[in-house]
Amino acid sequence: MEWEVVIGLETHAQLQTKTKIFSGASTAFGAEPNTQACEVSIALPGVLPVLNSEAVNCAIKFGLAVNAHIAPRSVFARKNYFYPDLPKGYQISQYELPVVGKGAITIQVPAVGKNAAYEKVINITRAHLEEDAGKSVHGAVEGMSGIDLNRAGTPLLEIVTEPDMRSAAEAVAYAKKLHELVQWIGICDGNMQEGSFRCDVNVSVRPKGSDKLGTRREIKNLNSFKFMTQAIEFETRWQIETLEDGGAISQATVLFNPDTGETRAMRSKEEANDYRYFPDPDLLPLEITEADKARVKAQMPELPEAMKARFEAQYGLTSYDAASLTASRELADYFVAAVTAGAEAKPAANWVMGAISAKLNAEEKTLADSPVSAAQLASLLKRIADNTISNNAAKQVFEAMWNDEGEVDAIIEAKGLKQVSDTGAIEAIIDEVLAANAAMVEEFKAGKEKAFNALVGQAMKASKGKANPAQVNEILKKKLS
Amino acid sequence: MALSIDDIKKIAHLARIEVSESEAQATLSKLTGIMGLIEQMQAVDTTGIEPMSHSQDLTQRLRDDVVTKENLRAEFQKNAPALGNGSNEPAVAEGLYLVPKVIE
Repeated sequence: MEWEVVIGLETHAQLQTKTKIFSGASTAFGAEPNTQACEVSIALPGVLPVLNSEAVNCAIKFGLAVNAHIAPRSVFARKNYFYPDLPKGYQISQYELPVVGKGAITIQVPAVGKNAAYEKVINITRAHLEEDAGKSVHGAVEGMSGIDLNRAGTPLLEIVTEPDMRSAAEAVAYAKKLHELVQWIGICDGNMQEGSFRCDVNVSVRPKGSDKLGTRREIKNLNSFKFMTQAIEFETRWQIETLEDGGAISQATVLFNPDTGETRAMRSKEEANDYRYFPDPDLLPLEITEADKARVKAQMPELPEAMKARFEAQYGLTSYDAASLTASRELADYFVAAVTAGAEAKPAANWVMGAISAKLNAEEKTLADSPVSAAQLASLLKRIADNTISNNAAKQVFEAMWNDEGEVDAIIEAKGLKQVSDTGAIEAIIDEVLAANAAMVEEFKAGKEKAFNALVGQAMKASKGKANPAQVNEILKKKLS
Repeated sequence: MALSIDDIKKIAHLARIEVSESEAQATLSKLTGIMGLIEQMQAVDTTGIEPMSHSQDLTQRLRDDVVTKENLRAEFQKNAPALGNGSNEPAVAEGLYLVPKVIE
């Protein structure tokens, strides 16, 4: 039987606010334990939550970015459960009336093997505001667990999709797109190691063609795209094998073990989760007006989709190039900075996606650490455009710039890469070449087109690669006609 | 809706409240009374009335995103539950609040 995997994601994005969602305690990462845990964070009796306006702005930004319905009125609810890192005994979240309703994100799924790349729309079910819990720390005191409540109350936006994805590749393409988007609009720093962006993946399988969903298992807390791929692939295989062996899938929460590459069900709780959600009487309904949305919209950067369309229209880039350049804010900003500094758009696009991306990948660097700035790239491209250097020489100059050997013009000078564009000088070289290669000239005149290229090659060689190839072509043609 | 003694035990367990048989019986009759009150309210015709999620018809006021809380860890930790086993010292170490070992 042919099987189909059905995947939905729940992502927790930590919002980039200075303070917690319901108190004025700092959210800075890496502080000494409990030094950013105020009376609200540690849930002393009698304290009351006061909602952070910036957390609300972040939610509005996300809603606008995915064309979602933003609730004019949303409600905070208590999700009740007991755990040492949750001193109140409940998490303040949103349940029936979330701040962000249905929206959508278009993903680009890359080509794999014979399968071509394609676009797909992933529907967002909802996104809601909630607070994070604290952290358990083991090993400080034998036989006890330590609780650090610095993270308790950090604002999160939980973003939930419809079960729209049909492969690990689609799930990862969505997760990457979302990861870029939240950073693009400045609501989350996207730091997966520090837990700022965590994904739970719901996986089920069903016979291909069936419209009934199978029983799902939820893979918790994946914090890298590589693990996400491995976890989904393992889980899918496991579910298919279990069903083919006549077994049944029971709903469960599973953890991925990066060492073994396997998923394993967590010890099942004695009682099924029963969170007894109810509206939090400490918080009034959150009202978001059209004016609030307009104010937030005015602060938002141009969104990737809009920027992509603009790049195509304004710079004549292909859809593919424009999509690649707007895959991250960093990349797009770098490209725009290079163009603003005087580079032509198309070569700038090629260099950013080609030489620069290749170097960054090879050295595992980000654009922020690029030794060649956008302005420096622009000055290099200007030297190609004004015929000072050839494309080939430009590669050598780029290499030298990358290794911090100086500015463009100094490198061209030092390495003697300046292209010869002086017609007289080129004519002299060509005359010599023609005199020395009479046989080739005869061949050409006898109709052998290839001989022409050989002559160009000889001329370039004679100039030590410095002659302007376009001029060599032109002058040679004239002399041979 | 009729509540059973098992419902009471389940609710008590979810809230981590220990109830004896006699307490469970007493709670059952009290909660049944409250359920009766709710049923009475549900009988009221509320057609066309928008449900409220709070008893006050107001909306949430927002706070500016500015750090206003200083580090009061030392004060708070003096008040932590006692370590137990004969010790009245607060159960804290290396800045952490200590709890019985948590294993997943």
